[in-house]
Amino acid sequence: MIDLSRISSVGEALDDATIMYKSATALIEIDRNREKERISYRDLRADAQRVTALLCASAPVGFPAAREQEEAPFRVAILMSNQAKWLVTATGAFWAGATIVPLDYKLTAPEQVALLRHCRPAVLVTEYSTWRKLDLSDFNNLRVLVTEAPEGESLSGPAGIAVERWEQTAQRAFASVARRRSDIASIVYSSGTGGTPKGCQLTHGNYLAQAEVLASMYPMEEGERYFSILPTNHAIDFMCGFIVPFIMGANVVHQRTLRPQYIVDTMKRYEITHMALVPLILKALKERIQEKLDELPSWQRSMVDGLTRVNELATKREPRHELSRRLLKPIHDGFGGHLKLMFCGGAFVDRDAAEFFYRLGLPVVIGYGLTEAGTVLTVNDLKPFRGDTVGKPVRGTEVQLRNSNPEGVGEVWVRGPTVMAGYLHEPELTADAIQDGWLKTGDLGTLDASGHLKLCGRSKNMIVTEGGKNVYPEDIEAAFDGVKNVEEICAYASSYIWPTGKMTGESLVLVVRPKDGGRVDDASSTVGLGLTDAVIAELRARNRRLTDYKRVAGIIAWSREFPRTASMKVKRDPLKAELAAHEKVAIWKELPQ
Amino acid sequence: METVNTLMQLAAKRFKVDAATLRAEDDFFAKLGIDSLKALDLLSDVEDKFDVEIPDYELQGVVTFAALAAVIDTRR
Repeated sequence: MIDLSRISSVGEALDDATIMYKSATALIEIDRNREKERISYRDLRADAQRVTALLCASAPVGFPAAREQEEAPFRVAILMSNQAKWLVTATGAFWAGATIVPLDYKLTAPEQVALLRHCRPAVLVTEYSTWRKLDLSDFNNLRVLVTEAPEGESLSGPAGIAVERWEQTAQRAFASVARRRSDIASIVYSSGTGGTPKGCQLTHGNYLAQAEVLASMYPMEEGERYFSILPTNHAIDFMCGFIVPFIMGANVVHQRTLRPQYIVDTMKRYEITHMALVPLILKALKERIQEKLDELPSWQRSMVDGLTRVNELATKREPRHELSRRLLKPIHDGFGGHLKLMFCGGAFVDRDAAEFFYRLGLPVVIGYGLTEAGTVLTVNDLKPFRGDTVGKPVRGTEVQLRNSNPEGVGEVWVRGPTVMAGYLHEPELTADAIQDGWLKTGDLGTLDASGHLKLCGRSKNMIVTEGGKNVYPEDIEAAFDGVKNVEEICAYASSYIWPTGKMTGESLVLVVRPKDGGRVDDASSTVGLGLTDAVIAELRARNRRLTDYKRVAGIIAWSREFPRTASMKVKRDPLKAELAAHEKVAIWKELPQ
Repeated sequence: METVNTLMQLAAKRFKVDAATLRAEDDFFAKLGIDSLKALDLLSDVEDKFDVEIPDYELQGVVTFAALAAVIDTRR
């Protein structure tokens, strides 16, 4: 059990770690096949102290004497892809007493600028290539620290913007600033699946409570390695790929390119033990293994099936990593041979995929969390593993269902030490989201007798049919999941947009992106879009298996990749808008009821 | 011009389309019917052909052949 009760800030926890584990490796950064950095906790300490000294020069007047941060906020925005400098910067910023604002490097430059305008940081730390794309002309008093700027390049920005190299030597001495548990540690913009982004203010207490729970449930040891591939600005990687491994003396590995061949190679070479994934990647991995298994000669296949059954029996109560690894060595070797645990969350986890991996001795920890309340509120403790739920509430967190319908489906409300302080600049929104300490999540779910939470969908995605029935698009999507030669699907109510163009007669529609689909401008036939008769027949068969009010009226074939959030959830409204704008090149096909 | 033409030939070869149908200002995701993971494969071809290294993040916001060619040129 990890006890952080005497620690009062994230900075203090990181400070302890760099002293306690000083000779252990903290960070490894690889670019393709080349190892670029290997940083011990001792070196991390020195480099983060240099960053602290650099940042302190930008602290606003009155900081830190003005204890209420809203009076003199000192915000440091980090806009970087996953790399060692991200974590060095964040550590240095925490020691400087700053509130960090992790921004999504996958957003477009105008979206990033809009978030910067919203939080008005004193310092922005970003990569050279990102900085070049940002139009910061209407900012005043912003200091930009740019990483990896080419040598000899003179860095200059618009008036009022000081641009400097991140790698420079600090001109001041290091001086750390203490923070309290109730102080704001970070502002994290909730990607959401629609609407305006919201800046969730998380306190040091929020992070410490979450880290204590996760580090106690899934401890990491010195020398174990977490592979960071989800964006670090996202709550899962920030916790599982930064705070938790550091407070336990483990090692975080970054690969600068996410091309599949290098990911697999890194897992092998660096003996990765832990990683976090989003459901979409988990599903893709499952399909890849499944394809390889299907290619095996039948005698080999029976052998694998037999060993899988043995493993399943042996791990019925809890995972047994060493045993599974010996039993199913070739499969484990495909993941580098040392993988112990995968964390998965951020969107609805496919039950089949999670169970598939558990049978192979590669446990997937399924959790449920929100940017507004840390990384996980409920999580599967693997004792025993269950793929059908998002687990039980973690220690200190309470979950209630409110306004339940006769089937037991209610709105999920949560209370606990990880619930944020509120949204930045949005007191009304905050008052609506948090009532008497309870956070209204906007998700719908059920609780079973053993206290496991099952999610049904987002309440704002829920569709009420003309017959008054509630339909969750996530539910329908699950029914069409895994159709051969279909890349992705999204269900929604056609309402007043294309194809009907009327407000009345709302019907359910399934957008389908076929695998190796055709191209948008020559989609003159359904076959041209990869929507073959076999695919349509399978979609029809699946449709017929649904309860009548859940059946879709038709499908729209679409060849573009669906827009997704940082955690890979489909952005439903932008997808609808995209379809409406291209109605002439999408294909509409009715499916019989 | 030379870079963008070579780039379109590489794309045509990898995704099996007629190079003559590709234009520099085309949105290559839409035109080739590919997603971002497949675009990374194209990036690997580009790196081999031009003997450059292009980080994944350079692809952010790049959708046309012309824009990708410009990225390649700045790295050469």
